[in-house]
Amino acid sequence: MKKQKVKKHTVRRILKYASPYKRSLVFAMIFAILYVVSALTVPVLIGYAVDNAVGKGDVDFEAIAQLLLMTAVTVLSCAVFQWLMGLFINTVSYFTIRDIRSDIFKKFDSVPLKYIDGHPHGDLISRIINDAENIGDGLLQGITQLFSGIVMIICTLVFMVVLNVYIAIVVVIITPLSMFVAAFITRLSQNQFRKQSATQGEISSYINEYIGQQKLVKAFGYEEESQKSFEEINERLRVCGQKSQFYSSLANPSTRFVNGLVTTAVCVTGAISVINGGLTVGQISAFITYANQYTKPFNEVTGVIPQLQSALAGADRVFELLDSPDQLPDPEKPADLTQHKGRIDIENVSFSYSPAKPLITGFDLHVKPGSKIAIVGPTGCGKTTFINLLMRFYDVTGGDIKIDGTSIYDMKRDDLRSLFGMVLQESWLYNATVRENIAYGKPDASLDEVKSAAKKAFIHRFIERMPDGYDTIITEEGANLSQGQRQLMCIARVMLCDPPMLILDEATSSIDTRTELKIQEAFNNMMKGRTSFIVAHRLSTIKNADVILVMKDGHIIEQGSHNELMSKNGFYTNLYNSQFAATK
Amino acid sequence: MFRLRRFLKDYKLQLIIGPICKLIEAVFELFIPLITADIIDNGVRNNDMDYVLQRGGLMVLLGALGLGFALVCQKSASIASQGFGTKVRNALFRHINTLSHSELDRIGTPSLITRMTNDINRLQLAVAMLIRLVIRAPFLVIGALIMAMTIDLRLSLIFFGAALLIALVLFFVMTRSVPFYKSIQRSLDSVSLISRENLSGNRVIRAFARQENDEARFDERNSTLAKTAVRAGRLSALLNPLTFVIAQAAIIGIVWFGSLFVDGGSLTTGQIIALVNYMTQILLAMIVVSNLVVIFTNASASAARVNEVFDTKPSVTEKPDAFAKEDKNAPCIEFRNVSFGYSGSGHALKNISFTVDRNTTVGIIGGTGSGKSTLVNLIPRFYDASEGEVFVDGADVRDYPFASLRGKIGIVPQKAELFSGTIKDNMLWGKKDASDEDIETALKISQSYEFVSKLPEKTGKMLSAGGKNLSGGQRQRLTIARALVGRPEILILDDSASALDFATDAALRKALREETNGMTVIMVSQRVGTVRYADRIIVLDGGELAGIGTHNELFKNCEVYREICLSQLKAEEVENK
Repeated sequence: MKKQKVKKHTVRRILKYASPYKRSLVFAMIFAILYVVSALTVPVLIGYAVDNAVGKGDVDFEAIAQLLLMTAVTVLSCAVFQWLMGLFINTVSYFTIRDIRSDIFKKFDSVPLKYIDGHPHGDLISRIINDAENIGDGLLQGITQLFSGIVMIICTLVFMVVLNVYIAIVVVIITPLSMFVAAFITRLSQNQFRKQSATQGEISSYINEYIGQQKLVKAFGYEEESQKSFEEINERLRVCGQKSQFYSSLANPSTRFVNGLVTTAVCVTGAISVINGGLTVGQISAFITYANQYTKPFNEVTGVIPQLQSALAGADRVFELLDSPDQLPDPEKPADLTQHKGRIDIENVSFSYSPAKPLITGFDLHVKPGSKIAIVGPTGCGKTTFINLLMRFYDVTGGDIKIDGTSIYDMKRDDLRSLFGMVLQESWLYNATVRENIAYGKPDASLDEVKSAAKKAFIHRFIERMPDGYDTIITEEGANLSQGQRQLMCIARVMLCDPPMLILDEATSSIDTRTELKIQEAFNNMMKGRTSFIVAHRLSTIKNADVILVMKDGHIIEQGSHNELMSKNGFYTNLYNSQFAATK
Repeated sequence: MFRLRRFLKDYKLQLIIGPICKLIEAVFELFIPLITADIIDNGVRNNDMDYVLQRGGLMVLLGALGLGFALVCQKSASIASQGFGTKVRNALFRHINTLSHSELDRIGTPSLITRMTNDINRLQLAVAMLIRLVIRAPFLVIGALIMAMTIDLRLSLIFFGAALLIALVLFFVMTRSVPFYKSIQRSLDSVSLISRENLSGNRVIRAFARQENDEARFDERNSTLAKTAVRAGRLSALLNPLTFVIAQAAIIGIVWFGSLFVDGGSLTTGQIIALVNYMTQILLAMIVVSNLVVIFTNASASAARVNEVFDTKPSVTEKPDAFAKEDKNAPCIEFRNVSFGYSGSGHALKNISFTVDRNTTVGIIGGTGSGKSTLVNLIPRFYDASEGEVFVDGADVRDYPFASLRGKIGIVPQKAELFSGTIKDNMLWGKKDASDEDIETALKISQSYEFVSKLPEKTGKMLSAGGKNLSGGQRQRLTIARALVGRPEILILDDSASALDFATDAALRKALREETNGMTVIMVSQRVGTVRYADRIIVLDGGELAGIGTHNELFKNCEVYREICLSQLKAEEVENK
């Protein structure tokens, strides 16, 4: 029972998405009425025309010609109405689906990053592609069948009532019986549809992961194993797909069977009442005709039940995504950030990715404006987490982070983030030209600006050698760029932005040290008097920082300049010396 | 589209039984009006109550039988269509597994995802519809045509004319809409592409506060998709009305000429009515056919996309009778005048020759984009050299079966990626039957043992896709462990310590040195510290070999190497003691 409610709710939400296209829907409805009425008129006109051809030498050609002309006009207008109905329904379904997809995509940008990090991307892609498409198909088929069906039902109902109210009522009461049967079957199979939709998502995730990492699969000769696991998921998809298709396609024949029973009952009881003298033969035969006509739309509607069901299953997954909580909204009156010096105070911050395992507790740090902070420590000590918190990719669970005395939670996220230029170890490029990729943070930059940023990042010469120079299209997984070159492009991106503060998280890890030195120099020039954070393992990067933070297990265990730390002879000294430790 | 029929061959039974059952059901359905007429004509007229009930019983029986046949048909349709889709997907995945990186990069993962899911779904639908509808409609049409001919040969000409016209309309709409459906699927690809980019680059997008721009980019393609779909829909929406008009025109013609014949005495009114009814029957059948046509045009566009993947031939292929004559006395690895270029750009490697002796450690160093990764990618044959030869154990790598070549090599790629599953699952990649001890040793060498044993689930820890729930350094160490589990003959580390702090890096190198007896190790690195104690160091510069030798030799003789050293170390730190 509860599930049923959920479903109604889902349908209402889908319709809400269609509501901006109310006008098209109304037009579709109007044309549906006109279409059905004219379609029902055509046989009547033909019938009259034939009636005028009585026998040899007894044909009223004038009347026939007139009636046939009327038929022709009705046929043409009927065709036009049907066409227009189709057009409007098309528009409604495709644009509704576009809006749903667009909302899903926006949702990717408004959920907390935790959601994106925690869900297989292939599954999310399947929701935006396949589940949304199923909703569209359901809408298209559903509206088409529903509209012409409803009109057909109403029209025949009118004819029947005119003919005989009593039997009309009987037919009206018993025909929906078939709907109960259909509803029962539908409920049985809905579960399979949900499973099918989810498995479809699973298969996308699998493809996304294994095809995306094809090189590794090859390197380890893992083709057979990956094929096996794929076939296992695929087999599960086959089973639930086959079940859902079969069960839900039962609805139509069952409905027709029930309606056949209804016709039989009408026929037999009608015949009996004729024998008992209640009806005439003509009435009963007309009645059977109309009863047939009346049940037909029900049969047609149940014919599209599989599409409707997979639409519902898709919609459930789409709405589940759309309903997941957004990140906290930006403050209503965000702090004004036009004046910033770059002082950062981190006060008693605690954080954990999962409540069971606190990662950072009691974290305190005060950064003077314009200083260069380096963060070092064993991997997994919380360096990247620190940056996640500073940029508000994740929110602290306790304490506060302030920039120039203003809590970052009083700022708009975008304002906060635009204070920082950030380069991560994993260099993200997207499917666009080199120029667009470099100008990502400053889309209105001129080509000269882009070039000068590329020069500062020492990637200009390489770009010039690419087939179309700055107009070369690069792809997310572009094969002919080395990791280092990708990092350089990301660095050029930040160089172009000239940000008030800088975060480099292992930003030069794949770049050769000679280039790295030059880039550091460029960064030093750019960041003169500005605050910057650098996470790096390489000594050269860290040595000349104003403050080096040594982190371990989510705490700062030592801090100070390189010389201060070296004289302490503590953890840092060990770390520093370890690179010279003889490895022979 | 018909090329894909090979995937249906296991479903011959369903393909035959399904339509036949559907046909029988249709025939039963045709009996119902006859019986109703019978009840009225014989039962009611004769006041025969028993006859009425008996015929009524017959109707119920036929209905039940019809239901039974329909069920068999639906079952066959669901089995054949889903089975077909599953087979296509399996075969496609298998084929994709044979493709080399350059082909995959050209088609793109997002497009492969849509092809594997959305396109194959469309094909499945087509198969199901084929079984349910394909025999019934032509049966009804041909039946009606024959009946029309027996009634009046002259008027049946109108039937043939109408049938021909309808066929033309179907053909016209079908051919015109195929390009639309192709472009719909392409738009769907690009929607999928941007979604994937957005998900993988979500941090960067937010960092640059570019969400709105990204959404605009998405909306643009999304709208293109919707508009193309509407345009394709506009064409398909023509099908039903046009069919309707042609059929009704034929009916008008039948009535008109029929009246003439009635006037002349060669036809009765009843016959006209019968002809009109047959034409209506044809119309109904043709409407079913036109819906089928839409589904099939759609499917043929999808079939073309699926076939395009099947037609993509891997650029790196195994020889049919691959057999490598290994020579354990030959150098472990040898490059002979190797040049290589990625498609569309110049040489990434130029005329490289060197040898690597067994059980030695070789460092590869060079500037960004100097070809280090490209060079090591040629050893396991991710790409084939465009000129020259690469030898492993004295045999050309192209003579090896992939499995035995790649089985010798453990590779740690630059990008530290793991797969969803437990840590142990990931370790088994290196050796399918690795024991817990094998795994423990590998974890210890790669310096991962400490953090793994601190995890509450130990090696049972579930990793998310790519291993994203670990830190970069942890991930990197596990990728090293994965390569070590199988104790490969050749270990390739492609700058795979970049995310490690120097203490861990140093400990790792020490462990590698002590524990990799019998392994030939190739280390690509940016750090002089990593390669300086290697037996030999290969220096690359702009795709060319700038020097080979030991650290001290190269520091003396190789300008490029000296520069690299001096950028990282103080002069007094340079000399190896």
